[in-house]
Amino acid sequence: MIAGSTTPRRLPTGIAGLDQIMLGGLPAERPTVLSGTAGSGKTVFALQFLAEGIRQFNEPGVFVTFEESTVDLRQGGASLGFDIQGWEDEGQWVFVDASPVPTEDDTVVGSYDFGALVARIEHAAKRTGAKRVCLDSLGAVYDRFRDPSVVRLELFKVASALKAMGVTSLLTVERPEEFGPISRLGVEEFVADNVLVLRNVLEREKRRRTIEVLKFRGQPHRSGEWLFTIVDKEGIVVIPISLMALRPHASSERVTTGNAVLDSMCSGGFYRDSVVVVSGPTGSGKTLMTSEFVAAGAASGERCVLLSFEESLEQLLRNAASWGIDLGALERAGKLKIICEYPEVASLEDHFVSMKEVIEEFSPQRVAIDNLSALERISTGRGIRDFIIGLASFLKQREVTSLITSTTTTLLGGPSVTESHISTLADGIILLRYVEYRSEVRRGVVVLKMRGAAHDKQILEFTIDDHGLHIGEPFRGLSGILGLTRSLTAELDLGSDSSSL
Amino acid sequence: MSSYRFRLFVTGETGRSHQAADNLRELCETRVAGLYELEVIDVLDHPERAEEDKIIATPTVIRLVPLPLKRVIGDLSDLELAAMAFDLPDNRGAPDAEVGRP
Repeated sequence: MIAGSTTPRRLPTGIAGLDQIMLGGLPAERPTVLSGTAGSGKTVFALQFLAEGIRQFNEPGVFVTFEESTVDLRQGGASLGFDIQGWEDEGQWVFVDASPVPTEDDTVVGSYDFGALVARIEHAAKRTGAKRVCLDSLGAVYDRFRDPSVVRLELFKVASALKAMGVTSLLTVERPEEFGPISRLGVEEFVADNVLVLRNVLEREKRRRTIEVLKFRGQPHRSGEWLFTIVDKEGIVVIPISLMALRPHASSERVTTGNAVLDSMCSGGFYRDSVVVVSGPTGSGKTLMTSEFVAAGAASGERCVLLSFEESLEQLLRNAASWGIDLGALERAGKLKIICEYPEVASLEDHFVSMKEVIEEFSPQRVAIDNLSALERISTGRGIRDFIIGLASFLKQREVTSLITSTTTTLLGGPSVTESHISTLADGIILLRYVEYRSEVRRGVVVLKMRGAAHDKQILEFTIDDHGLHIGEPFRGLSGILGLTRSLTAELDLGSDSSSL
Repeated sequence: MSSYRFRLFVTGETGRSHQAADNLRELCETRVAGLYELEVIDVLDHPERAEEDKIIATPTVIRLVPLPLKRVIGDLSDLELAAMAFDLPDNRGAPDAEVGRP
């Protein structure tokens, strides 16, 4: 393949989150191979690539199917919210039906080429003015024409013809296993400049879909696997949404934490666009802190969202009432939206998408999430990390002040898994701890980290009563209160380089 | 009414296209002379015809009559094999072999 002397333009796919990891989109006017095992989402991806082209960029498309019938594809499209038939009627979408004719056998006598296929694609592309072409899937071609070397050569010619047409094309191929060769028969070799890999891995009894940009003509792209999910009526959503949009926080405006003493411990409150984590053992006051946080927001005229993955709505309202906070009234006033869900009702990716939707729809200035550790139950280690990164960057991008709780596993402290994941992204970390003091168990609070601000590093005692949380005096003459947190702090310091992800 | 009808799809005026047409004609002339019709379609001129018949590879021959439809892909360089694929009678050098056939 001749090395291009110029950097190829990128064509944005329009698939949520995908263009960010590809740093702009697919290489324009080039073929890209999309490889994946059965059920990894290749056809959905291909359908959506064309659909978003029409919906967002007014770019017509041609879909060449070697396997599924056009009837099935239209139906599949409809379930994703794509009106393929409508676009066909408008001349924006054309199928080139190269699926096998069921009643006829193909007998091969002598040599042949794929001239007819190329002629049909060219015809369809010319007729519609197509900018995007999908071929789904090349594996089916190998199954029909037995001689792999002929097929490989002919597909190479098809790929060259696609380049000559100046269309951006996506060619799907099957791979036999998740971490083996890219495709069964080395199909990718002829367009190996650009390769995307979809995976659908079963890990600890959870399905995890990922996409990876394997290569891109030596052009820059985000490396590694990225989580995605397939949503009804929407299609593929890649999770760490616009990671590069993650900027060091820009707001110098301070907002109240919901507690006057905590405000002064943070030298004036949280920054408007910060993500703050509250970590503590069960019953230490995390839910109270989130309730006060949203109540204070609503009182100062902000719109707030409270997402609870631990308690039912009734429980939540009752608890808040016992601290003198009327969350129900705030909700009725339209200042607060409360969503209570069991983590187990959906996958982590689906939770992410629905949280994102709620936040986009309600456009709050404040979001409280209680509790991240509950979500950890439905996830694998890698999954929760991507989730947190995606969520934190999404919240920061929208300049939402957010308070996220995390439960430590031991009563007297120690880091939790979620904590170590979020520590690099969080602008602030507040620890709540049980403290054994003069034969009594008391509660202590410390602001461990508050980015860009001097803050009080003392461990202060606090109490909880029917008026909420009261922070008092520092503990005197005590050390080791933070328990295992020394390792956490070490991690925080090291963590800064991984935020450059 | 011909006993045999063939439709041949080719791509352009290439050696392979001519080869396929010549082979098919020779096959018909030697085996079903006077009993066949042959239509040649160049997909570069008529891509919509290739679309209708869902043709991917060229040359492709479709035997339209008699039914069932049969498709043979390739330039038919092996005439024996092609004759078998199209189920054509073998009457070369045995003109009377037709007797007794319908």
